[in-house]
Amino acid sequence: MLGRLTWAAIPFNEPLPLLSGAVVVIVILGVLALIAVKGWAPYLWREWITSVDHKRIGGMYVLLGLLMLLRGFADAIMMRTQQAIAVGNAQGYLPPDHYDQIFSAHGVIMIFFVAMPLVIGLMNFVVPLQLGVRDVAFPRLNAVSFWLTASGALLINLSLVIGNFARTTWWNYPPLSELAFSPDVGVDYYLWSIQISGIGTLLTGVNFVTTILKLRAPGMTYFRMPVFCWTALATNMMIVAVFPILTATFGMLLLDRYLGMHFFTNGAGGNPMMYVNLFWAWGHPEVYILILPAFGVYSEVIATFSGKGLFSYRSMVLATLGICILSMMVWLHHFFTMGAGADVNAVFGIMSSIIGVPTGVKVFNWLFTMYRGKVVFTTPVLYTVGFMVTFVIGGLTGVLLAVPPVDFELHNSAFLVAHFHNVIIGGVLYGALAGYNYWFPKAFGFTLDERWGKASFWCWLIGFYLAFTPLYVLGLMGMTRRLQHIADPSWQPLLLVAELGAVVIFAGILCQIVQLYVSIRTREQRRDLTGDPWNGRTLEWATSSPPPAYNFAVLPRVETLDAFWQMKQTGQVSRERTYEAIKMPHNSAIGVVTAFFATITGFALIWHIWWIAILGILAAVVAMLFSGWSDEREREVTATEISEMERAARA
Amino acid sequence: MTVLANESIAARRAAVPIELARGRGGGGPAPIRVVVAYGFWIFLLSDIVMFAALFATYAVLSGNTAGGPSGLELFNLRSVFIETTCLLVSSYTCGLGALSAERRRPTTFLIFAALTFVLGAAFLFIEVSEFAGMVRAGAGPWRSGFLSAFFTLVGTHGAHVTAGLIWLVYLAAQVVVKGLRPAVLRRLLCWSLFWHALDIVWVSVLTLVYLMGAR
Repeated sequence: MLGRLTWAAIPFNEPLPLLSGAVVVIVILGVLALIAVKGWAPYLWREWITSVDHKRIGGMYVLLGLLMLLRGFADAIMMRTQQAIAVGNAQGYLPPDHYDQIFSAHGVIMIFFVAMPLVIGLMNFVVPLQLGVRDVAFPRLNAVSFWLTASGALLINLSLVIGNFARTTWWNYPPLSELAFSPDVGVDYYLWSIQISGIGTLLTGVNFVTTILKLRAPGMTYFRMPVFCWTALATNMMIVAVFPILTATFGMLLLDRYLGMHFFTNGAGGNPMMYVNLFWAWGHPEVYILILPAFGVYSEVIATFSGKGLFSYRSMVLATLGICILSMMVWLHHFFTMGAGADVNAVFGIMSSIIGVPTGVKVFNWLFTMYRGKVVFTTPVLYTVGFMVTFVIGGLTGVLLAVPPVDFELHNSAFLVAHFHNVIIGGVLYGALAGYNYWFPKAFGFTLDERWGKASFWCWLIGFYLAFTPLYVLGLMGMTRRLQHIADPSWQPLLLVAELGAVVIFAGILCQIVQLYVSIRTREQRRDLTGDPWNGRTLEWATSSPPPAYNFAVLPRVETLDAFWQMKQTGQVSRERTYEAIKMPHNSAIGVVTAFFATITGFALIWHIWWIAILGILAAVVAMLFSGWSDEREREVTATEISEMERAARA
Repeated sequence: MTVLANESIAARRAAVPIELARGRGGGGPAPIRVVVAYGFWIFLLSDIVMFAALFATYAVLSGNTAGGPSGLELFNLRSVFIETTCLLVSSYTCGLGALSAERRRPTTFLIFAALTFVLGAAFLFIEVSEFAGMVRAGAGPWRSGFLSAFFTLVGTHGAHVTAGLIWLVYLAAQVVVKGLRPAVLRRLLCWSLFWHALDIVWVSVLTLVYLMGAR
């Protein structure tokens, strides 16, 4: 009746996950009770859950990413603590099985449910505004994308209290992840949560490529697009090009596990190394999918706060597209030790070094943008400068690892762990936080507190160096990654420094929470009435903060790069008096309904509850057919309504 | 800040010749029909990438028969030829159906849609009988890496054809109930793109799997 699901799935003998699960359940129940008592449910349903507005969806993505950051960070600090104390005779507090689940969950959550929602959330919010249009190409599809991502995040968190998670690392390599070696639900939780959210991400890619290439304000030629839009275009093209590979690869592993096929098994003609190749054919472009939008954020921030246009815009665009193409030609550097031979390794080593060139071009462009600018050191600028220093270090250790003989020594070591945290924290996460601070006033109509924002930045910066510089050294000393127990006591001092770094980063996260709280409490003093709090250059600042549902009452006409800056210079920031009616999409519950059935189906598949899985798939198909029937997807906002809303926004 | 009068804004608009701007992508948002078809094209590209991963896997595993039967022993090129003919002709009837839909002739469209459906269903029937015969002969997908890759690649294409047939019935129902209005025409356009893309994939399957495998 319930497949593999029995009471034994709840880890009653392990207090740690049970306790943390109970806390999460209590918090969720508390929030639900608050919503019920305050009567917020209709508002949330109408304005957020069924919204197809790209700004609302972007906000929900960022919120999801920040919440999951807390979960992923909890995993991180648990690992750091275990390594700091489980030295010599001490065994620490995490048994090996639990520790393995934690490092696997940490990687999966940080990549798929923190970094991806943060960058996709920023793109959702910003791209249509920067392009000067009213929404993305397919607003309802956008809602489906978000809710599928949320569904994957929900499934992965369910594994905390119902069953267990994979112990197979975030790459989930076979043959370890095959049924013979991982017979329980852990790997299935991994596979189904990523499959479901991966479909959401793919649809985002389709949606944004179409939006950027087909929906731009009149006069916005390709070379008048803001750099953030270019990086978003490159990222989404890569999503379209590589996420299907991940879906196919995980599909094959699922067939191995569910139908006894032999894609990646040791025997019967399977080939585990094929999984590794396919995984990284997705995996390496994925890191550029994450970093390119962050590069876009830095470009916007540094130009705005230097008070001058971005240095060498065209080379920035070319570097972005160059990275986009080169990123697909380096995947083998993740497994030089596979034994492909010296010539193959040499090609991929050289390609991996070459990809540093366009990145270097970008760093110089940012530096030259600041040179002779009137730089205002706001929180986003601090993140940008911190990024430039940190990311260059991470990039250089990356080039070092791209040399195959060096990689043979350092692969699978703490040095590698330090390298990729160096580029992902120092690149993607700083970028996401810079973007969060930069565009927050546009989204909510008031600025974030600068003092707490700067405190948070310094904690993230110092904490990062404290946490990961020791790992570089430990890696050179021979420490491999993913150790549950440290045999060599001489490593302990450095591991304690790393633990201190994690604590400082924790302080940074607390500062961010305080920053949000303080800013909301004092929002009346920090209202952004102009819509342009930073003296911005691009079109998102041309509308009010927060923007109306339709973004622009009249679509702006673009004549140059940095269109809004030029409008301000020539004094044509006009409030046109004649409005025309606008067609706006209706709200739609299709996103949340699809995700509801996806979650149930995924859960049933994980636990082999076949009848629920079949019902769930049928229900999803019926929901799709039902929603695909209607033609009335838009309502008209009349010119009078618009002129009233515009007057209210200006008052 | 000066607030410009409407006249000078109109003058400014005239200063950017739309024809010139359009060539560099500055012509403003594209019409909805273009946006929908373009988005669907991008989706199809992603679908083709997924098939590319399956093709690559098949290429790697095609020799790994693990002592089981190989393609040479299993494939029957005669039924594959009939299968292929059905699918390619269905693309032709699909094209004729699309033309009659563009000319707002619902009855002709429905006749061609029915023909397309019958040909697609015949293709599926042949494929499923081939699969069933192989499984009965002890050559199921769990037999070897080669057969896993074969069933998955060909079966994924078959699943797409099945989805295409369900979608076709659904759209035909929309044509009957609502007529050939613009929203329905856009959906038909996407469907026909999908159907033709399946043909392209099938031609690759035919070449790489059947013709090269039966040598």
